[in-house]
Parts: sequence; C-alpha cells; structure tokens
Amino acid sequence: MLQGLIHKMKRLGERFPQSLFFIMALSALSALALITIFIFIEGIPLIVKVGFFNFIFGMKWAPSLGQYGIFPMIVGTVLVTLGAIILGVPIALCCSIFLAEFAPRKLSNLVRPAIQLLAGIPSVVFGFWGLIFIVPAIRNYLGGPGLSILAGSIILAIMILPTVISISEVSLLALSPLLKEGAFALGATHWQTIRSVLLPAAKSGILASIILGIGRAVGETMAVIMVLGNAVALPSSILDPARTLTTNIGIEMGYASGDHQQALFATGIVLLVIIMLLNSIAQYAIRRK
Amino acid sequence: MGIRLNPKTTQKIAKAVIWSAAILVLFLLFSIIIYILSKGIPHITWQFLTQIPSDMGRSGGILSTIVGTLSVTLVAIIVATPLGVGTAFYLTEYTRESTITKIIRFSAESLAGIPSIVYGLFGFIFFVIYLKLGWSILSGGLTLAVMILPTIIRTSEEAIRTVPPMYREVSFSLGGTKWQTMIKVLIPSALPGIATGIILGIGRCVAETAAVILTAGSALQMPTSLFSPARTMAVHFYILASEGISLEKAFATSALLIILILLINIGANLLVNKFVAKGH
Amino acid sequence: MIEQAKISIKNLNFYYNKNEVIKALSLEVKANEILSIFGPANSGTTTLLRTMNRMTDLISGARMEGEVFLDGKNIHSTDVNITELRRKVGMVFEIPTPLPMSIFDNIAYGPRLGGIKNKASLAEIVEQSLQMAVLWDEVKDRLHSSGMRLSGGQQQRLCIARILALHPEVILLDRPCSGLDPVSTSKIEESLRQLKEKFTIIIVPHNVQQAGRVADRVAFLLMGNLIEVGATAEVFENPKDKRTSDYITGRFG
Repeated sequence: MLQGLIHKMKRLGERFPQSLFFIMALSALSALALITIFIFIEGIPLIVKVGFFNFIFGMKWAPSLGQYGIFPMIVGTVLVTLGAIILGVPIALCCSIFLAEFAPRKLSNLVRPAIQLLAGIPSVVFGFWGLIFIVPAIRNYLGGPGLSILAGSIILAIMILPTVISISEVSLLALSPLLKEGAFALGATHWQTIRSVLLPAAKSGILASIILGIGRAVGETMAVIMVLGNAVALPSSILDPARTLTTNIGIEMGYASGDHQQALFATGIVLLVIIMLLNSIAQYAIRRK
Repeated sequence: MGIRLNPKTTQKIAKAVIWSAAILVLFLLFSIIIYILSKGIPHITWQFLTQIPSDMGRSGGILSTIVGTLSVTLVAIIVATPLGVGTAFYLTEYTRESTITKIIRFSAESLAGIPSIVYGLFGFIFFVIYLKLGWSILSGGLTLAVMILPTIIRTSEEAIRTVPPMYREVSFSLGGTKWQTMIKVLIPSALPGIATGIILGIGRCVAETAAVILTAGSALQMPTSLFSPARTMAVHFYILASEGISLEKAFATSALLIILILLINIGANLLVNKFVAKGH
Repeated sequence: MIEQAKISIKNLNFYYNKNEVIKALSLEVKANEILSIFGPANSGTTTLLRTMNRMTDLISGARMEGEVFLDGKNIHSTDVNITELRRKVGMVFEIPTPLPMSIFDNIAYGPRLGGIKNKASLAEIVEQSLQMAVLWDEVKDRLHSSGMRLSGGQQQRLCIARILALHPEVILLDRPCSGLDPVSTSKIEESLRQLKEKFTIIIVPHNVQQAGRVADRVAFLLMGNLIEVGATAEVFENPKDKRTSDYITGRFG
C-alpha cells in the first residue's frame, strides 16, 4: 500500500515540473498582456476625450493649453525613419553581402563580432557622438540648427546597421550553394550572380530584416532625443528640428501629470500599434520563405 | 539608352563599393569607440570609481551609479533567467507546434520589438504606481527583466534544440524521468548557449536608459535597498551629457560603459566559440 | 511444466496516426535466449522492439492495441513504474550515443538516477558492466576521459555497458552494429553470446546474416505481419513461408 502511495507521488512529482514550466512559459504571454492592458487603460481615455482624429491628425501639441495633436510627431517619426532606411539599408546590404560572399573566413569572424559590438553600444552614446560630430557638421555645411531630422536619420541609420546586416547575412548564407554553382556554370561573374540570383532568392529574409530595422528606428528614443532638437511644430525640411513619437514621450514624461501624462500613454498606444503591425508584416515575410 | 558596362567592370565596381561599405561601418564603429575611450579613460580615476557623485555630478565619482547599474541588472537577470529558460524548456518539449507554443512564441517575438520607452511607460504605470513599488531598483530591475526575457528565451531555446535528441532518448531508456533528463543532460549540454543569452541580456540592461529612467528614477544617492531609487550609469551619462553638467564626467562615464560592453561582448563571444567547439 | 515466456506479446496492433504498422502480432520471447527480429525496412521491427520497454509512449500520434507482458505481468497496467520497467528492459540504439560525459559517468548515469550514490558501489558497478561488455581492458586506464573520444565500436560497447549497469533482465538491441567495422561487430556479437547466460536478448539485426550468426531463434516480420518464428537453423534452412526464403536469399530486400 505504501509502495502504491510512493509510486503515485512519484508520478505527481513528474507532473510538477511539467506544469511548472508551463506556468513559466506563460510569463511571456502575461507580460505582453499586461503591457498592452496597462498602456491602453492609461491612454484610451485621453484619446476618447480629445477625439481620435484630433489626436492623430491634430497639428498642435500644447499640453498647457489642453491640445494633444500628435501629427507633427508622426511626421517626425516617418521622416527620421525613412531617412534612416534610405541611408542605412544600402550600406547594411553591402555589408551583409560582404560577410556572406566576399570576406575570407578569418576576416568575417572578426567583422561579425564587431557588428555585434556596434549593436551593444548604448543608444545614449550614439546620441552623444552625434551631438558632437554630426550636428555641428550639418549646421556648418548644410545650414539650419544642426539639431535636425537629418542628424536623427544618420544616427539611426548607424544604429539599425547590425539588425539589417545580421538577418540579411543569415538569409544569404541559408541559400543553397547550388544556386551559386548554377549561375557560375553559366558564366556569370560573382556580382552578376549576387545581383540576379542570390539577392532575389534571399528577398524575403532581407525584407524581414529591413522591416525589423524600421521597427528599431521607430522605437529608438535616447539617441534621437539628443540630436533631433525639440521643436513641436511640423517640420518642413530635413534640416528642421522635430520630435518623434518616442522623443515626445521621453522628453515630457519626466514632468507630465494628469491629462498630459495620459496623452503620453496614448502616444505609447500608437507606438505599440505601429510596432505590432511591423512585426506581423515581418513574420509574414519570413514565413513566405 | 544607357552605358552598357562590361560585366568585368561592373564586378570591379561592385566589389569596390561593397568593400567600402564594410570599411565604412568598421571605421564608424572604431571611431566612436576610440573617441569615447580616448576622451574618457583619462578621467577614470580611483576616486571616480569609488566616490559618489556630488554637486549634481559635477564632482565626485559615480559609485552610486555603478551600484545602481549592478543592482538593476542583477534583479533583471535573477527574474528573467529562470522564466526564460523554463519557457525554452517548455517550448522544446513538444516536437510539434501546438496553438499554445505558437501563442507563446508570438508573445516573445512581440515583446522583443516593443520600444524601450514603452517599456518605461509600462514599468512606470505598473511597477512604480500600480504595485506601489515606487521608483526603485526593484521597479527598474523587473521592467528590465521583461525586456530581456525574449532574448533569453530565444537563445536558450536554440541552445536546447542543438542538444542531440538522442541524448533524451538515451536518458529515458535508462529510466530517467523528464525532469532528471533535463537537469542531468540537457541543461549541462545547453549551458554555453544559455549563458550566452544571459550575457547578452546583461549587456542590454547595462546599456538601457529610457526604461530605467522612468522606473528606477534618477536619484544620485547610494541606494540602500531594493526599494531605493537609483541612477544607473547610462542614465547618469545621459543627464550629464544632455544637461551639459560636466563634459569630463560624461566622457568618463561613457568610457566606463563602453569598457563594460566590450568585456560583455568578448565574454559572450568566447562562450559561443566554446559552444561551437563542442561539436554542435 | 510450461515455462513462462519472459516477454509475451498478444495481438498487438500498432498505429502511427492512421497508419497501421504492426498487425495482429503475437510473439513469445523465452528467457535467456537470443531472439532476432528481422525483416525489410518499414516492417515494424524497431517499433516492435520499442513496445517492449514502452519507449513508444514517447511518440506522439502512436496508438497501441493488444497486450505486452513481462514475466506474466502486463507492462501497461497502472501500477507499473515506467522507470523501473526501462531499467529491467534496457535498450541499445542504432547510433552509439555516449552522453556528453566521462566513460565512468556514462555508466554510472543509470545507477545514479536510481539513487545509488556511494562511490565504491558505483566504481564496482562500472567495472562489472565494462567487463560484461568486453570493454574493460580497453578503457580501464581512462575511465574519466570523455566517452565521446572512443571509437564507434567502443562507444557501442559503452552503451551496452551502460544498460548492464542497471542489472536489466532483458536487453533490446536495435541494429547495434550498423555503422561498425567487422572487427567491432564480431566483438559485440561475441559479448552477446556471453551475456545471454544472464539476460534475455532481443536483437534487430542490420542484415540477415547477423541474425544467422547470433540468434537462437528468429522472427521474420514483413510489413507489420509476423510471418514466421522458429529456431534459427530451421527458419533459415527450411522456412515454412515462401516470403521468408525470398527475403533470406535476397530476392527482395
């Protein structure tokens, strides 16, 4: 009888870790749920109060006057991100092609960790460096205050390099070597092969890397705060200072309260939605392989 | 219309462009690091490391921020590692994807993409306000834990999946239970990979600013408990630099940060090489 | 007096999802014999082997009808301790898989799981098992080096020693020599002949000739059906079913 009891306890003991891991595995889901719920709870009332269209398309952000239009910030985010992509993606693609196709093994084993290191540098350091070098350069050679969308784009371009490079490189390396061999056998040069065979074949992975890079650019705060200037008005050129959705939150959260604070949470909702959309598109692109 | 270039020429141009891009990126990396280190290391003195800041950071050292950084990182790692590794074990126990595993994976991927400022908002409203933890090491650490959770899940899962499935079969056939198999065979084999994930998580915690400033606060005093507010080195650097308090101290702090990140990256790479050398 | 079979399988039907891979199979394994279950690929030989220690429990989508008895007791009854069962009925797999630990720890793994901690006892168990697996002389000076450094043949004998450390009653071997050179193969076959004095051995061979060399009795499985069972010499020289003779002579493979 005792044997049976011990045996039963052993069986229960075996189920215990199973359920333990299950509960642990729910942590990711619960965290996501909590984040979504709490951000939404804080932000939605403000959106309702101000009105959805007034919030998203309102041109004026003046919390002391009770005005919460975030359109200039949306424009700021879009322009800065666009600039980052235009500047960063071509360089990143070249680097990933370099790593996958041109670099000898020893060199790529050095370059790859270097790219990882780039990814680890704190964003505030990038912002600081940008403040010291990029901003004055723009001010002296291109005009404007230097603190500008262009400065933000340049810094973000550098910051998204690791993301785009590593995922694109993986996509290129994952291609079957037969593709390359086939093209060479037809007399194509290395570059011709890359351009007409390898890049198209790795298209979905490269696209996914770009989308994730966009996500990174959209979400970046600290580096951008330091170089973008603090202008709340709608920017009219890339040399103008501006705010993005993220810097808006970052700058004002320190002293906001009441409706103002809720408006910042509402901005957070917009960010969450954008990121979720981008992530879903990226997942879809990856799966299409 | 258009110049028809000889393929050999295009090849040469392409190769030159590609090599230039790589050189440019490396140049940027090194110039940033060398600039910060060269400007900052001269100011890293023994006093710098062992005194607490005074006069808003204009003088004194950064000891309290070092302690702040270490504490929030420690809290984050202690919380996120078991959860992350446990999740990875759960995900790898199933050979087929079920709805649950898809949902969990989707959650982890989504968490990875959320901007750090949004984590700051969340940490603020949930840990600081709702759970009444206040601006504290605990709030900061817990927020960071959620931030690094996806990284640990991803690297741990990858590490466990590279353990040959036969090891599991062998262990079962010798009478091992799932739990024993995990502890005695899977974890030891996957350990380098798991450790790499943890180290990457540490790197993330050290570098993070936006989420920390909204949850651990920016108090300069030496924290005395998990519930004390604290300032991390990254936050300190940001405040020093953006408010122009002290360029000298700013460079020194960022140099220290860079050195830490360098050490963390080297550590992670050594582990990865050990992992690969094991023949996986 | 009718001797009780060591393992008795009654009316086994086995399904992977919707596929029936073993059909209405009944088989008895006598104690202390070497029984070889052979047949072409996908005939269910490996599956049949795995039903005997319930390794099939671990496969999702697998379903079983019928009964399997060990010493007269149904191995699926609710009071059967699976870990005990798997210690009594040990299994050696096709690919030699030393665990990523020292030779000593590999063999001590099973006993340690069972709660044996005493260093002296473990050392004794390790030596005994390696002796029985005819590996002791080759590794006695490097027990603490990694098991993965051994040659293929040595690794497989390590796997045999590993299950011997648990004092099993039955040893199941699934194509144990398939990647090995003839010398290692014959060493393992020789050790099996010695082991059968203490254990019951069931082996799925990687070719028919091995069945002929090693087994006392053989069972021929084709597409999940048990075609014929009997003493090795008889089945090989006077098979009752044409399909058996066709397979043995190599008319199909």
